[in-house]
Amino acid sequence: MHHIIALAVAIVLAVPTLAAGAPVALLNASYDPTRELYKDINAGFAADWKARTGTDVVINQSHGGSGKQARSVIDGLEADVVTLALAYDIDEIARRGKLLPLNWQTRLPYNAAPYYSTIVFLVRKGNPKGIRDWDDLVKPGVKVITPNPKTSGGARWNFLAAWGYAQKKYGSPAAAQAYVTKLFRNVPVLDSGARGATVSFAERGLGDVLISWENEALLASRELGADRFEIVVPSVSIRAEPPVAVIDKVADRHGTRAVAEAYLRYLYTPAAQEIIARDGYRPRDRAVAARYANRFPDVQLFEIDRNFGGWQKAQARFFADGGIFDMIYTGE
Amino acid sequence: MSVPAATAEPRWVRWLLIAVALGFLALNLALPLAAVFVEAFRKGVAAYVAAIRDPDALSALRLTLTVAAIAVPLNIVIGLAASWAIAKFDFRFKPFLVTLIDLPFSVSPVVSGLVYVLVFGMQGWFGEWLRDNDLQVIFAVPGLVLATIFITFPFVARELLPLMEEQGRDEEEAALSLGASGLSTFWHVTLPNVRWGLLYGVLLCNARAMGEFGAVSVVSGHIRGKTNTMPLHIEILYNEYNFAAAFAVASLLAGLALVTLVLKSALEWRFAGQLAGRGH
Repeated sequence: MHHIIALAVAIVLAVPTLAAGAPVALLNASYDPTRELYKDINAGFAADWKARTGTDVVINQSHGGSGKQARSVIDGLEADVVTLALAYDIDEIARRGKLLPLNWQTRLPYNAAPYYSTIVFLVRKGNPKGIRDWDDLVKPGVKVITPNPKTSGGARWNFLAAWGYAQKKYGSPAAAQAYVTKLFRNVPVLDSGARGATVSFAERGLGDVLISWENEALLASRELGADRFEIVVPSVSIRAEPPVAVIDKVADRHGTRAVAEAYLRYLYTPAAQEIIARDGYRPRDRAVAARYANRFPDVQLFEIDRNFGGWQKAQARFFADGGIFDMIYTGE
Repeated sequence: MSVPAATAEPRWVRWLLIAVALGFLALNLALPLAAVFVEAFRKGVAAYVAAIRDPDALSALRLTLTVAAIAVPLNIVIGLAASWAIAKFDFRFKPFLVTLIDLPFSVSPVVSGLVYVLVFGMQGWFGEWLRDNDLQVIFAVPGLVLATIFITFPFVARELLPLMEEQGRDEEEAALSLGASGLSTFWHVTLPNVRWGLLYGVLLCNARAMGEFGAVSVVSGHIRGKTNTMPLHIEILYNEYNFAAAFAVASLLAGLALVTLVLKSALEWRFAGQLAGRGH
């Protein structure tokens, strides 16, 4: 028995030394669909940083539902930077965790969102149910896949895009609520994250249409076969801005603030914007956007700040406990 | 021994029952296990090897083995001590201790993970103190080890308790009355009597320690190459549409479990004589 205990002790002591002696390391806590994006971005930034400073940098990734990731950072996940699905989740880190200033969104251009996306539909090849626009989703017999807005950032964008469409078309919040209620009657399962919903739709064959991030739809049709799916762009949608921020308290304690800030600024460079566009996110850089124009069709986009009064208000009205989503979903 | 009444049933009833049992096993155990290996090799041997040799996969394998190597020995010591105390001694809070041992079986793994977040997380009791002293428990290896110990704690103790209780205290009392010390009684009388139960408990404990998902998922933080154990890595690969790699790593995990089973069978076969004599 003694040697087993000795072995265990030796292993415990060995674990920290395995982590030591590494080059500068950053931890980026991100949301679900960005796995492929940050794999490419991190390689680009490491090369760029090495060329400029001569030092090596390793960026570790953690991915999960946006709300869950924010919760983990608040609970002590040592992320130097977060790149999440929506501003509300970083607001929570600032408000509850007090790990960065409340005005974090003013520290980088474009509301601290170096790329944006929108919400589109993914349908099966040939579009057998004839899905063209939002109204087609509430027809009887159409099964719609969207994740749970309580846990998924992408799902909240989906919900607001649907709401915004109905409010614009039918004119009143009551009509919008009636539309969204009908829409969620057509949803057979609520996955907890955007990626789970995509896998349900694409791999497990559930549903007729997936409401999805545009980047996720592009990736799914690329990874799983362009011959199996089609992307349908609705007449109007929402400008979905996934923001980024340095977590000041963590970066300062790690002594990584300079490299963390450089990492986020790198996202705005033409080189990174090229990677961003290639991976299916809409770039901010005009020249890059022009090169990828045929990939990202023009859509009329409404905005979270202008049309919904910002994320704090939207969250309280729609997604908080007892909010409109709860009324719709449990009211049936 | 007389023939049990069950075999006096008509022949067709016996065959039906056997067919139902075998069909159930084939459908629910053999088929999914076979599917794991078929899917793992769907893209060929080269893709399989590449998935296993991926640095993130290797780090997940290393982490899983590390966590098991710490959690299992600790649970052997604690499980032995607890079951020994309960079976061989009388004390006031015995029923309470027995209930405590069963607690991890009855609590959902998610809750087992969350309690560690509540205690060691930044919003929890010791979070700030730990951070000020540069100690990381959750979202790091210690948290994974703690959660695994909690989840796998009952396996050794639960295996030993009935055995020790059945054997009673006669042999220990005889040894003590002949002048053996307490420790020597434990080493030479109690431990040899329960070694097969202990082995079984250790194997179950180890299998669960390597395979645990829920509790570990809560405290992991999912940092690639750092805090992803094999079950977590499998989920990540699956979510990245990397199905062949997900099943490749899953087959490795299933393989580790199969090795444990083979090891157990081999030991049973090798020591069949002693095993038969276990009950005296």
